Amino acid sequence: MNLFLDAIAWLADPANWSGPSGVPTRVLQHLVITFAAVAAAAILALPTGILIGHTRKGAGIVGAIAGAARAIPTLGLLTLLGLALGIGLKAPLLALIVLAIPSVLAGAYAGVQNVDSAVTGAAKAIGMSPKQVVFQVEIPLAAPVIIGGLRAATLQVVATATLAAYTADFGLGRYLFSGLKSRDYAEMLAGALLVAGLALLLELLLAAWQRSAARRIAAPARSSSAAVQPESPLVKESV
Amino acid sequence: MKWLSLNWPQVVELTRDHLLLSAPAILLSVLLAVPIGRLAQQRPRLGGPLLGAASLLYAIPALPLLIIIPVIFGIPLRSPATMIIALTVYGLALLVRTAADAFGSVDPRVREAAVAVGHSPRSVFWRVDLPLAVPVLLAGVRVVAVSTVSLVTIGALIGVPSLGTLLTDGFQRGIPAEVATGVIATMLLALFFDAVLVAAGRILTPWTVSRRERLLPQEETT
Amino acid sequence: MIEFESVTKTYPGQTTAVSDFSLVVPSHRTVVLVGSSGSGKSTLLRTVNRMVEPTSGRVLIDDEDVRERDPVALRRSIGYVLQHGGLLPHRSVLDNIATVPVLNGVPKREARTAASELLERVGLDPKVGRRFPGQLSGGQQQRVGVARALAADPNILLMDEPFGAVDPIMRRELQEELLRLQADMHKTIVFVTHDVDEAFLLGDEVVVLREGGVIAQRGTPAEILGAPADDFVRDFVGADRAERELHITEVDGRTIAVDASGRPVGVLAP
Repeated sequence: MNLFLDAIAWLADPANWSGPSGVPTRVLQHLVITFAAVAAAAILALPTGILIGHTRKGAGIVGAIAGAARAIPTLGLLTLLGLALGIGLKAPLLALIVLAIPSVLAGAYAGVQNVDSAVTGAAKAIGMSPKQVVFQVEIPLAAPVIIGGLRAATLQVVATATLAAYTADFGLGRYLFSGLKSRDYAEMLAGALLVAGLALLLELLLAAWQRSAARRIAAPARSSSAAVQPESPLVKESV
Repeated sequence: MKWLSLNWPQVVELTRDHLLLSAPAILLSVLLAVPIGRLAQQRPRLGGPLLGAASLLYAIPALPLLIIIPVIFGIPLRSPATMIIALTVYGLALLVRTAADAFGSVDPRVREAAVAVGHSPRSVFWRVDLPLAVPVLLAGVRVVAVSTVSLVTIGALIGVPSLGTLLTDGFQRGIPAEVATGVIATMLLALFFDAVLVAAGRILTPWTVSRRERLLPQEETT
Repeated sequence: MIEFESVTKTYPGQTTAVSDFSLVVPSHRTVVLVGSSGSGKSTLLRTVNRMVEPTSGRVLIDDEDVRERDPVALRRSIGYVLQHGGLLPHRSVLDNIATVPVLNGVPKREARTAASELLERVGLDPKVGRRFPGQLSGGQQQRVGVARALAADPNILLMDEPFGAVDPIMRRELQEELLRLQADMHKTIVFVTHDVDEAFLLGDEVVVLREGGVIAQRGTPAEILGAPADDFVRDFVGADRAERELHITEVDGRTIAVDASGRPVGVLAP
């Protein structure tokens, strides 16, 4: 337990809160790379997933990609890309995007596909164009599951961004690796607590976002009870 | 391939280490998740917070967890125990919900019928609930097995040997073939676990296999 | 013999399911409790094997209060057949039938052999025994359910709408089968149904229940049909229905029975 006190002392030391390797800078770096990776993955995977869910074609491919992605060791992907692209941000960013894609894709696909076909049928029947069906019916109704996919991807990326520091001087992971190297357990533990705290914070925020999206589309009669909480069926791998 | 043929014994040894870290963790998470999941399913008031806590636990990234665990349990950082505990925590976080769902998937009418014909509470669990929960449970165990095998590699960063060692060593020495070998061997090991679990599922749940053959011509014999 | 003594069951926050119900079910007879949903008929049935504990009153089997008995042992000594068969989907048909004997410690092989014989008694091919319940038709599953209830050779059979979920033709066959079995088994049967025709066909005695487990009338089918106690019973058993009101008419020298709308229903035996 002494080590926890050491870590807290480390965190309380003002010297660790300023400069290019201070906590605020590191947290910001960590968040920037996380959002950049998730945003890039979303730009690529959301339209694809929605299209697949809408046409219901290619579902098998999504399943295969998601399954295979789970088996790839993230550290392996990171080091392979690191060797190929050299030291720097390019390799970890690319690795993070690749890791985020399956969750986003699966969320978009599953969300749209699970929209009650009676509802989309009715939308068609009252004269909506296919485009209108997608944008005004399917996406709003699939929103909680789509957000669930983004939530899983974000968590996975924020975790893996820690490893990014293994191949680049970036983000909170740096504290862990420099602490490991110099056997400075206080720094290492402080870094670990910071990453864990950041991850938990993001998880709670995204879960709240997902719940509010779910509440919005719940049947009016039930919305007061607010008992609707669709857990995303997606499995994320936290690293 | 050349790298692999030169370093074959090392790969075999690291594969064994990898197996010895992942198998106990998978086993432990199943053994712990089943009773906890059952409790969560039977007592929703307790189960809600329990499942919430599990999913939060899952949100903690692995490398930080590996560093926090030795402090909590008072064990050395570079030890297999640290790895196995961390992996069990993740497996548990994933499986508790699945286990609760698995017990929830058992038709209450079947359970009630079992009570009505005279199963004691204990035999309802062992002879009815548990076997009927196996299909859903097994799907969860497959996910846990694959992600556990993949996660073991992270241990290399704190110096616990596994196939992950090939990743860090290959990266530091700039040998892509070594890293690639590590990635592929890890994925093969995950596939192997998955195949074993699928086979076990076939043996354990013959009734789900035969349901597919349900629409065979069946004469009503009177 | 089963005795219900002033049995009352109130579920918290709900209306009374059964109030002050008393009835004697004589040994070796079939008594049918008939009523629509909400009449408490299933609740009553389930007080016998302690699946439901009465709020007040008691249930006696051969003069012994069921509350004195261990519930698990009690249930194993009573055959129970449910609407959906209640078979264990993960056990083969034979193992399902052998459930109670095996729970009671009969060696598995012996229990399976006996189960196989029971399959034939309920009119199924012994080959069916190796299949899983999910591979059987609804009617076959119900037969297996009956076989399971008989496996430990209980004195009492409780049947909770056992044929409610099968199609009418199959139901008819299952009813005939039960009559045939009962003719040489002489079990004490309590049978619950909402189907009046089924009640009249199977019951030595029929108890018509109204809402809240109150007896509207009890008696033999002939007594109830011939002299309904009140409008509720008359309405429930359909004494006024066209097909219940028979007249006799002569056609070509034969005596034909026709119903109120003139539809012939049978020929009088000479």
